[in-house]
This record gives sequence, C-alpha cells and structure tokens, in this order.
Amino acid sequence: MEPIKIKENLWQIPVTDWNIRDFHGYSVYSGTTYNAYLSTGSKNVLFDTAKKGFGEHFFGMISKIIEPNKIDYIFVNHAEPDHSGLLPEAVERIRPDKIFLSETCGKAITDHYHGKDWPFEILKDGQEVDISSRKVVFLETKMLHWPDSCFSYLKDDGILISSDAFGHHWATSGRYDDEVNSEELVRHSKKYFANILLPFASLIKKLLRRTADMKLKINMICPDHGVIWRNNPDRIINLYDKWSESKLESREKKAVIFYDTMWQSTEKMAYAITDGFKLQNFEVIMMNLRANHRSEVMTEILDGAIVAAGSPTLNNGIMPTVSDMLCYMRGLKPSGRIGGCFGSYGWSGESVKEIGEYMAKAGLEQPCGAIKAKYVPTEEDLQKCRQYAADLAEQYLNHIKGE
Amino acid sequence: MKFVCSVCGYVYDPQLGDDAADIAPGTRFEDLPDDWVCPVCGVGKDDFEPEE
Repeated sequence: MEPIKIKENLWQIPVTDWNIRDFHGYSVYSGTTYNAYLSTGSKNVLFDTAKKGFGEHFFGMISKIIEPNKIDYIFVNHAEPDHSGLLPEAVERIRPDKIFLSETCGKAITDHYHGKDWPFEILKDGQEVDISSRKVVFLETKMLHWPDSCFSYLKDDGILISSDAFGHHWATSGRYDDEVNSEELVRHSKKYFANILLPFASLIKKLLRRTADMKLKINMICPDHGVIWRNNPDRIINLYDKWSESKLESREKKAVIFYDTMWQSTEKMAYAITDGFKLQNFEVIMMNLRANHRSEVMTEILDGAIVAAGSPTLNNGIMPTVSDMLCYMRGLKPSGRIGGCFGSYGWSGESVKEIGEYMAKAGLEQPCGAIKAKYVPTEEDLQKCRQYAADLAEQYLNHIKGE
Repeated sequence: MKFVCSVCGYVYDPQLGDDAADIAPGTRFEDLPDDWVCPVCGVGKDDFEPEE
C-alpha cells in the first residue's frame, strides 16, 4: 500500500481492506478503506490510525514518508476500533509527546484500551492548535455518529478531516472523487448515510448550519473511509443536506416494499402492492429479504416516501428475516415516511400487528392501517392490495399538495 | 432549570418538554418519568447534569 500526497507536507495513509464484506452487519460488497492523515514539518502530526491487524501496512506507509518515531502528536477524532485499533501499537512505536482529543473521546479511548498512561491533551470544541506547519481547528461533532466523534479542520489549507462523516465503504485504487465512478461514489455515500448516520439526521442539519455560519472555507473533505472530496466537496455537502431532511415532502415519489414469504402468498401480495404503486406512477422497488441485505434495503428507504413491510404469520409472529430488518430499521429511525404492513396468515394472523409496532417505534406512521389475506390471496384480495398501494400513494400525494 | 446530557450534549429544556416522548412543555426535569431517556443518545436521567 502507498501513501498519497495530498499537498505539500500532507499525506493520506489509506489502509485498504479489499476483502471485507461484512462491516458489523452492514454489507460492504466492495470493501472499504481506513484513512489516516499525516502532516509533516517541524512537528509531525498523525490524524487517527486504522483497524487492528493492518499495522504492517499502516506503519509501512508512514515509513515511506518519515520514520514513525518522528511523529510528535496524534489527533484522535473517533474512538471506534476501525480508526483507533492501531492506537496502542502507534503509541508504543511513536511515543508521542501529546495525544489530542476531546474529553468524551478521552474517556472512550480509556474504556477501549484500559489502564494506559497516555499523554492526553484534552481539547475543547472550537479550540485552535498550532502544529507549526499549519493550524488545526478542533470541532466536536457529538453523535456524528458516536459521542466522541470530532473533526480536525486544517485552517490554512481549507481541508476538513471529517472522521466518519462524508465517508463511504468502498475500496478503490483511486483516492479522489474525480478518480472514481461518480454515480457509484454517490451510491456508496448514500448507503453509508442510510446505515450509519440516518438516526442523527437532525444533528447533521445543525452541523451543516454551523459550518456555514462559521464560513469555513472547504477546499477538500478528507473522510476516514473512502475517497477524498477534492473536485467537488459541495456535492457531498449538498447531498447530506438533502438526505438529512426530516419532512415527507422532501422524499422521492418512491415506495420500498420488503418482505419474506413461506408459500408465496405474502409474495403474491407484494407483487400486487408493487403493481398498485406502478399504476400510481411511483418508482417502486420490491425486495425479498432472502435475497436482499438489510443494509441494501435501508439504502433504498433513504429517499423513499413509502415503506411497506410484509410477513406471513409464523408461530403467532413474524418471520425472523422480517424481524431482523424491522429491528435494524427501528434503530435507524427513518421517520418522515409513510408505513404500510401486509401479510398472509392461516388462522390467527398476528404478523401485521407486530410489523406495525416495529414501524411505529421506527417513527413511521401507518395512515392506511394494514392488509392481510387468509392462506392464499384471491383475486379480490390482490385487488385490495393494489388499492392499498393506491391509498398509501394518495396519502403522499395529498401531503405534498398540502391537503 | 435546563439539564444537559453528559454523553451527547443534548439539552433538556423544561419549556419545550420532549414531544417525541409525550412530555408536555412545562415539565420539570425532576418530574420526568424514571424511564425517560435522552432522545438523541438513549442514556437515562442519571447521565444528565444541571446546565451551568
């Protein structure tokens, strides 16, 4: 692996994890990178590290620039192990004079690595640190996406080292936004937002307002995963602004239907609901949970106005695949969208009620209630499913008309 | 009095209450139910401190 020279005396150390496919339950079908940054000069400063197990590559890249023990300071922007996992090894090898971090991050690092007597220098939000070759403005960005999350802004360069924000899981040889496929870059960024940042959308809105108020000059955004936004950093800022909207009217005219099925009865309902949305000229995507990963479903939900979930009743409840998806979605809180519930049943028919409870906790209102069909849906049942989709579509259309 | 979440920095303002948890405006922090949690990060009341 090779370090990337971003500009004079500033480097990216991109540890590239080509073969990871499961990132704590998020499917990363194109791998990821763990990016650290190195500023050189009369003081050499490392921003973050990488995941444990990649030490040979990480220190190998640094050694191509300077001897690691010549590093004076380390900034820790985030305690999560994919960025701090090599910190114990780094402290051991580098013996830094100072480790700069927020008070919250200091506690989190101590809780991760236990009993280390490391030279922490606690920074406050907005504090400026002179590292001789450049000045760093340290910004606390609590809950984006952990309490310890922070940004390091290189003031003279107009470069924002943004930790997990504006990142994406994508292993590429290209290291800049203009060196990779543009549409795929947005797709990976959207997936990252939907699966990591969505619960904190309102905080992202506030952060964007704050950075605008501070009139930060942003020439480049350097996230800790993926490529550097150098050609058009405003593009990802504008997308974050759009994705963090809380209101239904900001969504696309799009419905996402996810479900599982035992004997294809719930699947027949899913097809009919899909047809119903198509008849209303909605973009619609139908996702069987046996074939679609939960993190792909969330990515589709991000810009959709309507989410419909289906499960047959299995042992007086829902199918485990649907429970998995709903549990995941509940945590990510995709509020400001319309929910729908459907499912077939044999005798008791509890599934739609259980789906509805998950949806309510996820912040999804269900203005059209639920729809169910006994054993195998009849043509009349399927027509009700098409009408159900039309009713859900009408809710959205009326809303955007302001009725 | 306002109370601050020591984990994530959320500020509970009694004048606003917490609409998502059906807490009416005017509810003092002390009167919040024991199972009330921070609407941003999810920790309990014990992790809150009075705002300085």
